[in-house]
Amino acid sequence: MKFSHRSHLVFTTFFAVLFSATLWASDEEKHEGAVNKPEHVAAYIQHHIKDAHDFHLYSYTDTHGERKHVGFPLPVIVWSSKGLATFMSSKFHHDDDGKVIVEAGGTRFVKLHSKIYELEAGADTVAFDETHHATNAHKVLDFSITKSVFGILLVGLLMFFWFSRLARQYKSRKVPKGFGRVLEPLVLYVRDEIAKPNIGEKRYREFTGYLLTVFFFIWILNLLGLTPLGFNVTGQLAVTAALAIFTLIIYTFKGNKGYWGHMLWMPGVPVLIRPVLAIIEVAGAFLIKPFSLLVRLFANISAGHIVVMSLIAIMVTMKAEIGAVGATALSFILSFFITLIEVLVAFLQAYIFTMLSALFIGMAVEEHDHH
Amino acid sequence: MTVPNLVGAGLIVIGAGIGLGKIGGSAMEGIARQPEATGKIQTAMIIIAALLEGLAFGALFLGK
Amino acid sequence: MEQLLNDFSPGLFVMQTVLLLGLIFLLVKFAWKPILNSLEDREKGIQDALDAAESAKKEMQNITADSENLLKEARAERETMLKEARELKEQMLADAREEAQKEGDKIIEKAKATIDSEKKAAVADIKSQVANLSLEIAEKVLKEELSDKSKQLKLVEDMLGNVKLN
Repeated sequence: MKFSHRSHLVFTTFFAVLFSATLWASDEEKHEGAVNKPEHVAAYIQHHIKDAHDFHLYSYTDTHGERKHVGFPLPVIVWSSKGLATFMSSKFHHDDDGKVIVEAGGTRFVKLHSKIYELEAGADTVAFDETHHATNAHKVLDFSITKSVFGILLVGLLMFFWFSRLARQYKSRKVPKGFGRVLEPLVLYVRDEIAKPNIGEKRYREFTGYLLTVFFFIWILNLLGLTPLGFNVTGQLAVTAALAIFTLIIYTFKGNKGYWGHMLWMPGVPVLIRPVLAIIEVAGAFLIKPFSLLVRLFANISAGHIVVMSLIAIMVTMKAEIGAVGATALSFILSFFITLIEVLVAFLQAYIFTMLSALFIGMAVEEHDHH
Repeated sequence: MTVPNLVGAGLIVIGAGIGLGKIGGSAMEGIARQPEATGKIQTAMIIIAALLEGLAFGALFLGK
Repeated sequence: MEQLLNDFSPGLFVMQTVLLLGLIFLLVKFAWKPILNSLEDREKGIQDALDAAESAKKEMQNITADSENLLKEARAERETMLKEARELKEQMLADAREEAQKEGDKIIEKAKATIDSEKKAAVADIKSQVANLSLEIAEKVLKEELSDKSKQLKLVEDMLGNVKLN
């Protein structure tokens, strides 16, 4: 416990120092991207919550008053009206307002609020309507290695490395050593506390692989989101939607006769009510269950990021009221405790997602006793 | 976010808060009465809380 | 809702789906299956070892019980043997006593018979001797009595006087 507290402290300090570097970078307004006014904070957080096309670590203003961004670019792969186009995200020069136009694959692209738009033929600049929607550009199918995809790849490789090593260890010894000793109880936990009680002794085995993958995938990504690297993978609707749809597909295709019978023609209730119940059950199975899964994970992680960043931003937003030192101290204390809670939430959300998946699968495959 | 949206969000949060409070309170009572059933009660509590949470989030995002 | 849908990136969705599918496939093949198999093997091994220990304990108990039974049996056997021996001894003693009794009785019987026969013989002998003696005495008396005529006549007279004619 002592160790973990200390590591959280290190965590939070690291976090705060990094962001403060960004937040305090400059007092002059002309430097783009520096967040030092309360008005900038909301936009900065909104920006962070979204996916990004380059891996941005931090920014600073050098002695010549020039804004420098530290990070590395990621490849952009888009499917436009002219076919596939690939280029590095550095071509946008950190622009996010549609000002820099990149020509690639025979057409032109701009980046607007973390999305790639294709300019329509003949247009030289992006035109906006009164609600700030681009009028002469449209979105493209974006298969870029974005920051989130990079995070997914990173976690995938990490998981593969860790768990295949654990699997290999068992060949020569009964009890794993080193990091495997940490992983083994977690695997056992998912198997014994999530898969077995919810799916049942008979069939839990065929779904445990999926549940284990999803559990560790979500948990590691949640924790990665708490590091100053600034990942927000499980806070992306597309990611959680994909996860929820995996669960939906599994319990739909593995559902047995009893499950479909109870869904479509509920036994034991008056015949007139059965169609009504069927509508509710179908909506529950295909809409409410996956929707609640995907929205819960997305909202919890996004909300966590927003709260942590808002608390860190106190050092900017409340500087005028309580002074720089007071604001910094307050933001330190608050963000420290909320980060502790977020570490718990990171596990809890992974647990709940896995548990509800197991529950839904268990409901689909359980043997109904005949009435 | 417009004012009606914010009021709606507030109402959702009040409702969800009451619901979660009831779930948590009942679970606590249950655990106090039967400490040996803590694990089962906690699991059931988390499931119901998660379902409620999903509902609240759904409503929040529909209104956003 | 609108903003959410606007933020939803179909490209990221496709990437996530593909990557997650790949990850599940790879992990199931190279990690979860071997890990779960090994864990189950290990649990089975532990269970088997526990069962074996349990059965060994039971066997041990059985052996102790067996040896105890054996001891008990041996003790019982000794007891019965002793008892038998005692009975045998009593029997023998009783037999011997009876035999001796019988033998003694027989001897006594024989002795009695001998004594009887001896007695009879003696009595017979005495009788004959007495008869002889009486005859001799009678002879002598008669000879004495009848040595003179008067005495003979007197006798005849006495005798005749005793005899009543009826």
